[in-house]
Amino acid sequence: MSDINVQRRQFLKTSVGAAAVAIAPGMLLFDMAHGKTEAVTGKVRWGMLIDTANCADGCNECVTACNKENGLSGGLSPTDSQWIRKVDLRDKRSGREFSLPMMCQHCENPPCVDVCPTGSSFKRADGIVLVDKHLCIGCRYCMMACPYKARSFVHEPLHDQKPDVPRGKGTVESCTMCVHRVDKGQQPACAEACPNKSILFGNLNDPESDISKKIRSVASIQIRADLGLNTGLRYQGL
Amino acid sequence: MNQMASHSPLRFKNRLYYALLAAGGLIVLLGLYAAHMMETHGHIITGMNNQIVWGAPHVFAIFLIISASGVLNVSSIGSVFNKPAYKARAPLAGLLSIAMLAGGLTVLMLDLGRPERIIVAATHYNITSVFAWNILLYSGMFAAVVVYLWTMMEQRMKAWSKPAGFLVLVWRFILTTGTGVIFSFLVARQAFGTAILPPMFIVISFAWGMAVFHIVQSSIYAWNAKSLDEYVQKRMRNLMGLFVIAALYFVATYHLTNLYFAKQTEFERFILIGGGVYPLLFWAGYILVGNILPLLLIYHPSFGKTGSVIVASILIIFGGFSLLYVLIIGGQAFPLSIFPGFEASSSFGDGAIGLYQPSIPEIMLGVGGVGISFLITAIGIRVLDFVPREIPKSP
Amino acid sequence: MTRLIALLLALCCCASAGATESYGLPKIDIGKGGECVKDPKWMRKNHMHLLFEQRDKTVHKGIRDEKLSLKNCIECHASTKDNSVLGRADSFCEGCHRYEAVKIDCFECHSSKRSSAMVQRDH
Repeated sequence: MSDINVQRRQFLKTSVGAAAVAIAPGMLLFDMAHGKTEAVTGKVRWGMLIDTANCADGCNECVTACNKENGLSGGLSPTDSQWIRKVDLRDKRSGREFSLPMMCQHCENPPCVDVCPTGSSFKRADGIVLVDKHLCIGCRYCMMACPYKARSFVHEPLHDQKPDVPRGKGTVESCTMCVHRVDKGQQPACAEACPNKSILFGNLNDPESDISKKIRSVASIQIRADLGLNTGLRYQGL
Repeated sequence: MNQMASHSPLRFKNRLYYALLAAGGLIVLLGLYAAHMMETHGHIITGMNNQIVWGAPHVFAIFLIISASGVLNVSSIGSVFNKPAYKARAPLAGLLSIAMLAGGLTVLMLDLGRPERIIVAATHYNITSVFAWNILLYSGMFAAVVVYLWTMMEQRMKAWSKPAGFLVLVWRFILTTGTGVIFSFLVARQAFGTAILPPMFIVISFAWGMAVFHIVQSSIYAWNAKSLDEYVQKRMRNLMGLFVIAALYFVATYHLTNLYFAKQTEFERFILIGGGVYPLLFWAGYILVGNILPLLLIYHPSFGKTGSVIVASILIIFGGFSLLYVLIIGGQAFPLSIFPGFEASSSFGDGAIGLYQPSIPEIMLGVGGVGISFLITAIGIRVLDFVPREIPKSP
Repeated sequence: MTRLIALLLALCCCASAGATESYGLPKIDIGKGGECVKDPKWMRKNHMHLLFEQRDKTVHKGIRDEKLSLKNCIECHASTKDNSVLGRADSFCEGCHRYEAVKIDCFECHSSKRSSAMVQRDH
């Protein structure tokens, strides 16, 4: 009687063990092959350094690339979405003229996140500021609060959105730093498209990254640094 | 024959009442239809855009919400400070407050890009958002005023009406502060982002609330062919004048301090001189029609009778709308100072004055909110005992 | 509010129309089909919970588990005829949702098209 029991237990143990050994690597491989299953962490802070001296007047490549990547119409009416725009600047005293790309500055302390009643505006652990459109009720308080005029409201029903970039009427949207590309290890579309390599994208928290090294060696500023928002975007030559 | 003669005026009045209700209902329906259109077509059918993100509906909504708080001044003076003349009017003030709050909030809610998701505002709550605080403040206000009305109208609860009145007093101060803070927290907008806005809103609310109360009270008295006690009329009239002056003081302080800061002078030049419709509305709409004329009508010895007080109240309300239009829409039309010291231009309106033209649907929505307030008031007065009953002369 | 009423009315119409047309289960074009998450019976009942959970994980935490992503569902289940899960009475999502009279909120913002087909079109 007890002999049979022992034998049976032994058999179960070995077979379960064997099954586990057989399945485990498969499970691991499956996870690796099917997307990113780990959450983003604060070890990374994505940022950009924009070299305004290299940014050519009249060049609009970053804007075109953004529109194409994110499925924006490219319309310029006051009700059309513009996630990135070229701003032409003229120093009132010296008369120096230049232009630069302007977009969501991905603040460390974003006013849009503070004011959002539903928590739809949020900052990811890696510093990217996003709108969770599932929660956005379309109150536009974030647009009032943003010091950079970075956000757009979708004024009309949309069709044919990009599979990676869901967008919809009645919600607020802005530059996502191409989060769907970044999560795949790619660069944002604007950085990749710039013919003069004026947009340097990288991890601000890694002292060895290209962007961190360059920020240490050249003078760069945050726009409206007086507001103390600690933006993820920095501008050189402003 | 005799019977006919005595009944027909009453019957006529009854019909008139239902006609007014129907007209109010129609306005509300038009407002709802406008909201429906805005939802199917999107905000493209409004004048609002990516620079002027809050437009005419917000002017209506904020006027109604501020006045809803201010009108309760009448009840506070009665219940908390024990003035019998005001005590008799406290229930009416409470009803008006609920009516205007409901109207204003409906407009705000229906203007959302996704009004069908309003429940998300309750299930996902961001504690750092003043909007989220206001959701609690507004719903709490409803509850507090309802309790307050109950204590006044239910004989057995009379003892509690003073504490309830005190609760309402405190609550509405916080509520109007919360409404002002919505703008105070906008750090980067030159028109907003100042701590003077909440107290300014509170004082302004007294003036506008009083004006609304005067109009409603006079209408009720005229309807019932009663005349308002002269003593009461004089006191309420002078109090309204005082509030108008106090509100003007706050508005003047707001602009004068701005004028002193070099970084703000461009903005003030826009609002007060160069900005087209905004200076016009400020000087003609708010200062002349909303302050100077009503103050004349209130304090000049040759006026001051019931008729002139009603006209003064209407003018004060017009001035209120003008001020809010200048503050809210003019404040957004002036471009953000993203690059101080530089002249900026872009395809997205950088450095440019924002253009805004209110459209029919958004005005219909705003007026619909006023319609809701009217309906609630008209029905409330008919079905419950809200008409002020004069207590024998106070000392 | 008006929208809600309109929706309810529309749903009543859909439901009654569906009931008069056929009494059986709807015929659904399952696209490429196949079982990748769980069996069809379980999925029919629970797919929304998976989608809701995955959407929050993806949007807020950047967890992009491909197997559970809406994009991946559509990749297999979009019709092989028009590359879509919407638009026809037998479309994978719309067909069943019409039958059950449940509004789908996803596709006002999300693409209803097979993304590999979209990539081919764009290039």
